[in-house]
Amino acid sequence: MIGTNKATETLLKVENLKKYFPVKKGLVIQRHVGDVKAVDGVSFEIYPGETLGMVGESGCGKSTLGRTILRLLEPTQGKVIFEGQTLNELSREEMRKIRSQMQMIFQDPFASLNPRMRVRDIIGEPILIHGVLNRVEREKRVSKLLDVVGLSTHHGERYPHEFSGGQCQRIGIARALAVNPKLIICDEPVSALDVSIQAQVINLLEDLQAEFNLTYLLIAHDVAMVKHLSNRVAVMYLGKLVELTSSEELYLNPRHPYTIALLSAILLPYPNQKKGRIILKGDAPSPVNPPSGCRFHTRCPETQDICKVMDPELIDIGNKHFVACHLTIHTYEKIKVGNSVTNHQ
Amino acid sequence: MGRDLLIHVKDLRTYFYTDVGVVKAVDGVNLEIGIGETLGIVGESGSGKSITAMSMMRLIPQPPGRIEGGEVLFYGKDLLKLSEKEMMKIRGNEIAMIFQDPMTSLNPVLTVGEQMIETIVLHQKVSRSMAKRRAIEMLERVGIPEAKGRVNNYPHLFSGGMRQRVMIAMALSCNPKLLIADEPTTALDVTIQAQILDLMNNLQQELGTAIMLITHNLGVIAELCQKVLVMYAGNTVEYTDVNTLFAKPMHPYTYGMLESSPKLELRKQRLDPIEGHPPDPYRLPQGCNFAQRCRRIMPVCEREKPTLLEIEPGHFVSCFLYERVKI
Repeated sequence: MIGTNKATETLLKVENLKKYFPVKKGLVIQRHVGDVKAVDGVSFEIYPGETLGMVGESGCGKSTLGRTILRLLEPTQGKVIFEGQTLNELSREEMRKIRSQMQMIFQDPFASLNPRMRVRDIIGEPILIHGVLNRVEREKRVSKLLDVVGLSTHHGERYPHEFSGGQCQRIGIARALAVNPKLIICDEPVSALDVSIQAQVINLLEDLQAEFNLTYLLIAHDVAMVKHLSNRVAVMYLGKLVELTSSEELYLNPRHPYTIALLSAILLPYPNQKKGRIILKGDAPSPVNPPSGCRFHTRCPETQDICKVMDPELIDIGNKHFVACHLTIHTYEKIKVGNSVTNHQ
Repeated sequence: MGRDLLIHVKDLRTYFYTDVGVVKAVDGVNLEIGIGETLGIVGESGSGKSITAMSMMRLIPQPPGRIEGGEVLFYGKDLLKLSEKEMMKIRGNEIAMIFQDPMTSLNPVLTVGEQMIETIVLHQKVSRSMAKRRAIEMLERVGIPEAKGRVNNYPHLFSGGMRQRVMIAMALSCNPKLLIADEPTTALDVTIQAQILDLMNNLQQELGTAIMLITHNLGVIAELCQKVLVMYAGNTVEYTDVNTLFAKPMHPYTYGMLESSPKLELRKQRLDPIEGHPPDPYRLPQGCNFAQRCRRIMPVCEREKPTLLEIEPGHFVSCFLYERVKI
């Protein structure tokens, strides 16, 4: 595991990040009637060279989080610190420069490529904008990038509609790599692709990470895929992190009831494996009026009274395994007390 | 076969005639579903799984599409030979269908109750008030809370999972013999997907409806189906029961698909993908459609098309690797 050992240096630090979208009522005089709390106080760090997975169901705020980190959306509150620089304090021009260090790969491979541009211009555009190379060098670089992602130079002359979904995603990846970024935010990079093509793109992402020493923030809903690609995984529910730990630990020892239910809901490609599946009742509540206390208490199979009133904090229960659940905190403290008692004896 | 067949599809072929050429979307599919059985059809996008279902329901837009051949025997009666009027009595009544996107398949300007009553009154000789009672009963059955009030709501007031429940209630309201479910959980979150699959499982056991489930997710197949048909570029490549398929996949495509998905329980290791991409439907190769991507390609694969043969009892595979063995 690269990265986890070098815990001292941080590439990206997110501190209590919040993004609210106002809900307005009225045609002419718009009254502010509430907020969609898409991201509500999220903090984590990403170390150089690692992949941090961010999983959650639709509407939990994982994509908004990715966009807010890049300041494609302005955060309502909180800080994003990239290599010691607080991004929120930068001017537009400074921000534009630093974006060459942070790129994004999007979910829909067709919608994220301009249909009227040739592939070589799509890939060359970031180089042009950041003005790093002259025309000849740029063309060379584009050919090299096409080669790196498994396409050939003549593909550069074509338009996006001439490519399949998997190939379009490769073009999107080449574009993200064009300016030698350090961090790439991958927002559902394979969910629009067919199973047999997904594996190709997953392998490509891994190869590129090793070759160019990239750091990924991987946003996805497919837990098996995220576990496969990530060193550490964070689980999000209704705008908050509920659990954050190494991907092995998350699978072997999930502690938050939501994570446990999420893992148990995954359908494995083996028949007759109807193991103790936890089927959560109902839908996720609306982020406009999230439940009081712990946001998961309305669906949690183990709700206690305290969960309805107090919002649990994300606490390290040992070995950098962070969990936001009253239950875990209590059991953990009980174990700790129990241990100290046995130690005394 | 010795069991009661509900539906038997023989050599179904559906082609689309476009300005640029002919697309053989379904090219010789055979399948059978017994009473109360669940058959899964798995394949990638463009493999012809939805077109197979649409052809069975005679819902192919003509032109550009045309059912070029084959038989769809429902209780021994060929649905492809029925008049449109007779077919309408089958659709929604004997064979019902649910779709992937529950938002676009419900009418947004009618309440869910009106839509359900419409179906029930059309097919069963009952009054509207009886039909409404039946609608409420079905909504309760699929787990919609306060069904009495919710029956008067419009579709936009339901969440994605709830809409899919409404669709299931509507489809089952006339007690169909066969339910065709086309990617019923693809648009849903995993925790909601678990709810819906659980519901379908329970309803099937209660009502004894046969299900034909179309999906690209092998996990869904393992969860719900007894028999599985694997499709690739318009052809059946493998057909067997679910345990055999996962334990002993024979076609290189099925094998490759099972190998290439990340496994939750395994330690991180490099994925082994199927290289390349599916063939252009306008220019299908002369030989086996999977030949260009196959690791075990032989000279014969590029010349001739393999046929679906019963390699082991109940295990049908369309691949030259096994034809040799047989000869």
